[in-house]
Amino acid sequence: MLVLECPYCGVMADESDLHGGGEAHLKRFGPGSSDDDFETYLFMRKNPKGVHFERWRHVSGCGKWFHAARNTMTLEVYGTYSAQTYEPPQDIIDAVKAKHPEWEGYK
Amino acid sequence: MSTRLANGGRLIDRSKVKNFTFNGKKMKGFEGDTLASALLGEGQTLVGRSFKYHRPRGIIASGAEEPNALVNMGEGGRFEPNQRVTTTELFDGLTAGSQNHWPSLEFDVGVVNNYVARWLPAGFYYKTFMFPRAGWKHVFEPIVRQSAGLGKAPDAETFDADRYEHYYHHTDILVIGGGVAGLAAALAAAKSGKKVMLIEQTNHWGGRAPVDGGTIDGKSPTEWVDAAVAELDAMDNVTLRTRTMGAGVYDHGYVTGYERVADHTPGDGRPRHRLWRIRAGKIVTATGAIERPLSFAGNDIPGVMLAGAVRDYIVNWGVSAGDRVVVVTNNDDAYRTALAVKAAGLDVPAIIDARPNGGGALADAAREAGIRVENGKAIGMVKGGKSVTGVTLCAQQGEGGTLEEIKCDAVAMSGGWSPVVHLWSHCGGKLNWDEANAMFRPDASRPPLGAKGEGFVIPAGSADGEFDLGAVLENAVKAGLAAAGEGKMAAPKGEAEAEAPMTPVWIMPQGAGPKKRMKMWLDYQNDVKVSDVQLAAREGYESVEHTKRYTTLGMATDQGKISNINGLAVLSDALGQPIPSTGTTTFRPPYTPISMGSIAGEARAEIFQPIRRTPMHEWHEEAGAYMEPVGHWRRPYCYPKQGESHEDAVYREVLNTRENLGLLDASTLGKLIVRGPDAGKFMDMMYTNMMSNLAVGKCRYGLMCSENGFLSDDGVVARIDEDTWLCHTTSGGADRIHGWMEEWLQTEWWDWKVYVANVTEQLAQVAVVGPNARKVLEKLNAGVEGGMDLSAEALPFMQWRDGKIGEFDARAYRISFSGELSYEIAVPASQGRAFWDALIEAGEEFGVMPYGTECLHIMRAEKGFIMIGDETDGTVIPQDLGLNWAISKKKEDFLGKRAQLRSHMTDPERWKLVGLETLDGSVLPDGAYAQGEGVNENGQKVVIGRVTSTYYSPTLKKGIAMGLIKHGPDRMGEVISFPTVDGTNTVIKARICDPVFYDKDGEKQNV
Amino acid sequence: MSKAQSAWNGVSFDGYCRVEEQSLVGMITVRGDLASKKLAKAVKDATGAKMPGQGEILSSDKGRAAWMSPDELLLIVDHAEAPGIIDAMAAALADEHALVVNVSDARAVFHVKGKAAREVVAKLSPADVSVMAPGMLRRTRIAQVPAAFHMVDEETAELVCFRSVGQYAYDLLKDAALPGGEVWV
Repeated sequence: MLVLECPYCGVMADESDLHGGGEAHLKRFGPGSSDDDFETYLFMRKNPKGVHFERWRHVSGCGKWFHAARNTMTLEVYGTYSAQTYEPPQDIIDAVKAKHPEWEGYK
Repeated sequence: MSTRLANGGRLIDRSKVKNFTFNGKKMKGFEGDTLASALLGEGQTLVGRSFKYHRPRGIIASGAEEPNALVNMGEGGRFEPNQRVTTTELFDGLTAGSQNHWPSLEFDVGVVNNYVARWLPAGFYYKTFMFPRAGWKHVFEPIVRQSAGLGKAPDAETFDADRYEHYYHHTDILVIGGGVAGLAAALAAAKSGKKVMLIEQTNHWGGRAPVDGGTIDGKSPTEWVDAAVAELDAMDNVTLRTRTMGAGVYDHGYVTGYERVADHTPGDGRPRHRLWRIRAGKIVTATGAIERPLSFAGNDIPGVMLAGAVRDYIVNWGVSAGDRVVVVTNNDDAYRTALAVKAAGLDVPAIIDARPNGGGALADAAREAGIRVENGKAIGMVKGGKSVTGVTLCAQQGEGGTLEEIKCDAVAMSGGWSPVVHLWSHCGGKLNWDEANAMFRPDASRPPLGAKGEGFVIPAGSADGEFDLGAVLENAVKAGLAAAGEGKMAAPKGEAEAEAPMTPVWIMPQGAGPKKRMKMWLDYQNDVKVSDVQLAAREGYESVEHTKRYTTLGMATDQGKISNINGLAVLSDALGQPIPSTGTTTFRPPYTPISMGSIAGEARAEIFQPIRRTPMHEWHEEAGAYMEPVGHWRRPYCYPKQGESHEDAVYREVLNTRENLGLLDASTLGKLIVRGPDAGKFMDMMYTNMMSNLAVGKCRYGLMCSENGFLSDDGVVARIDEDTWLCHTTSGGADRIHGWMEEWLQTEWWDWKVYVANVTEQLAQVAVVGPNARKVLEKLNAGVEGGMDLSAEALPFMQWRDGKIGEFDARAYRISFSGELSYEIAVPASQGRAFWDALIEAGEEFGVMPYGTECLHIMRAEKGFIMIGDETDGTVIPQDLGLNWAISKKKEDFLGKRAQLRSHMTDPERWKLVGLETLDGSVLPDGAYAQGEGVNENGQKVVIGRVTSTYYSPTLKKGIAMGLIKHGPDRMGEVISFPTVDGTNTVIKARICDPVFYDKDGEKQNV
Repeated sequence: MSKAQSAWNGVSFDGYCRVEEQSLVGMITVRGDLASKKLAKAVKDATGAKMPGQGEILSSDKGRAAWMSPDELLLIVDHAEAPGIIDAMAAALADEHALVVNVSDARAVFHVKGKAAREVVAKLSPADVSVMAPGMLRRTRIAQVPAAFHMVDEETAELVCFRSVGQYAYDLLKDAALPGGEVWV
């Protein structure tokens, strides 16, 4: 059972205080978008064996959504950060790269 | 035969006698006994029957690894099967019974399996299950069910008499195992000042060291242990806990600890078990090692025991396994047992050492004590049935030709020791094969990884593969310091006899033929023998995981603690590959079985799950309401009067509400406030219809869809002021929709100025419904200054007002889910009960009756209103339900809009909502499918729709229904068929009609 | 008003800790910009307490102010005064983007009193109770429902949950405080 630091509350939150929300940094496609773009937005999800960017909500806590960069195999957490961003902050990317120089990026 | 010795027993207090019964027979033991030591002390060597062949079984171990001695424990509300006698503390009044036998332990008919064993080899069940199917159902299953299974299931109607609880604990360092390694590691770690918790599964500290001997810092192990415990106990940063087993190690340092608080003091008011849910920064596993049996013919006969256990029973509990104990070994440690037996004044006829060159210093000591030592020898077979009478001596290198028969009544065997790597492995710690000691030990370079990518489990002592006392302590201190990440401490100096190398022995003698191999037990609990594993290998089960399932090696309650390595070795040999290539099966938590009660914790009876109550809940219960669950809420389904059926009550409630006055507790409806300069824009995104142009003071019914386009919730929205909307959600939908709104605001439109608050529980809400609705409210207002004007002119349909109703602070909505004149009145929850009481009292002259959810459902169906969860199922879009009027065409975007433009969503072939009325007035079965013409490509009858809501309408005196039907709205008046599935083979005919059955023009509600 | 009643009418239970329902507590949810000076003043006027920082609950004789999230506060005041305070705050914050709403009746509040008050909470919540000093507030769960708690003093834990699960929460706390359940960590 994971523990993630809520970047808003600053507390280490037990997984049972959290709600997982799947892949982070999706771009929404609305009316006017192509079928392909919309399909990708709605259904296509990464399922990497390794570094993954995820959405979590501190549901029993502050109720806020945040993002976590996490390794799905080793369960290493490279960091958590505000959900109000279009891409991961540089320090998170640096933390991942420090451990995985071969990592190709989150996109 | 085993017996209680006149002297000795470091853990027992002979002045405190404990009475217990086994299979109804009265027996005695002492305080400090386990049930195992007490049984052996009473000479009870036969304690059960094996799983498959019903062979007689005795105790072979002294701890958690025991495979045989499982009993039915306790009675009534405290009955529990499969209790391990070696880990059961004796208490006064304990009752236990042996398992898996019929009619008695001494005489068991199932033992016939033993004689047909050659037809019950590995894979017997698999092969039987294959075919013929009829044979399985009628012949094999009943027999297997009768004869298989350990223990007796507790009576389904008897409630567990005990309580259980959880405890969440956070610590920097958790040390699992209270032997000398655990104590040394805890001392080393605690010096740092960090929070340390040390847990031990038994009720005493020190582990094996006090039994095995040697010295620590010049003291006896017992003295050193006492001092170490006292030192730890005095430290504020240390928590010590006995009777607490490390059950499982999980992600990010999460550990479950299983504390057996009151197993030995049943009924004293304490929780029976406490499950510790521990978060530890670092975990030290000082879990010791488990001795392996040797595989010789007849090694399962009662009286054959692990050598370490024989020693434990003598030293710890003053109990001998027998008067003449043959020791058989491939290592030096078993010599300690021979010496202990001798020291207790009993006879050791021989030590049979399979090693050609025999042992070291301990062997010399044995010879000096006058014990006969036979090097390079083996046991050919054990003589005896329900107990050991002797062994045959043979050469280990041969086929088992008897050199001599040795009379004895017990055999102490040792095949070497395996570190307890379970907790290291639970979360991914890897193992290496140690050739010299023939064991898997933790690979320090591949530990389980924590949140920072660092290893978070550190093995210590024997659990790390160290067996020399000095090395154990050095290793443990190193582990403790590593866990603390700081500090220095000299390890206590441990000194014990140096041991000569062991030699792996997987079959005894090595050239044993098939007849012998069929009597060499690997897994005692599941009756798996050397021959079974060899058969599995021959039949192609090469993966160790497959072999486990095929042979049942290492399954069930002991998970092969003593058998796995021997089994792996035999499998590897049969496959002609080294042991590390075969690998181990996966170690999964818990280490030993833990009670279901401890897992459930407090979640039982009234607090099994949260029940949500409205402010009027008690009134409903007092009124005799029949409650139904709606999410976690309990809502009145109906209010049956004395002698009235639920059905009759519902019909009465419908008619009364339509004719007089009904009250519904609508407090469960979700209420969300949406406020801010961008709230209008936000509301337009959340709802399919336009909400930004709703006038202040007015209400509008709205729909919410997921991004998939599917209808997810509905409800009435009220515009409170320029910046504020109030959204009603479905009952039980409030948290979900609140979360949905927050998700979009936080993760997509975080620059929009909108705040949402969930005020569902702040307000009690009552639907006041029926022709007399206005009258009762006006009566409450009579004589109250400043009471709200509730007239049709002042408060028209689909509007709301704030004000006083009677003495209550109210918000009144003119909305109707029934088609009647209806006010929904919200008051602060603290005033809810009083408001309800006032309405009941004032309504008496108007024929007031409360109504429940079923009445609500019927009335809404009569009006053709959809219900989320009935008409919708996660695949239905609003367009399917004819709700196009509630989908804005002007808005560029709303959640679900893009999806609703996809080809499948605009397909004219989609099933659409219509009303259905049966030709004979009967009620259609719920969920019934409508059958079309012909068959589809799979040869199945074509289905053209289904019933979504169906009721008897007491208003219309006939069955009414709604359904989703292909081309439905274009087929008004057509009659379609609904075949029944109740076995009568009948077909119900129904005509497609308008879904609004009652007051189509809304004249009743709009007055 | 006189007919107002709390979820549980101030009931109490004496186990190895005492569990008490706190009848009719005034509670106000405020959402807004916590850096706003106007908001800080409004909070001070309402509760007498300063603007709480992350994870804090600050008290005065008049009331308490608790940090709930980066844009949310919970003000604890007298039940009868809550509506007036809300009106005053709404007026004071009229030209700011803020939401002030009465949640007094949406909550149930319990006190756990005794030496082992933390221990009783630790049986139900995954939060680390040992680090909770008075003045800190933690939003977490107790068993299966969300709850917030803080230590009023070293021997009094105050828990806040939703009103509808008040009975569940009370039963949970009673169960955890049953004599014989002492852990004494």
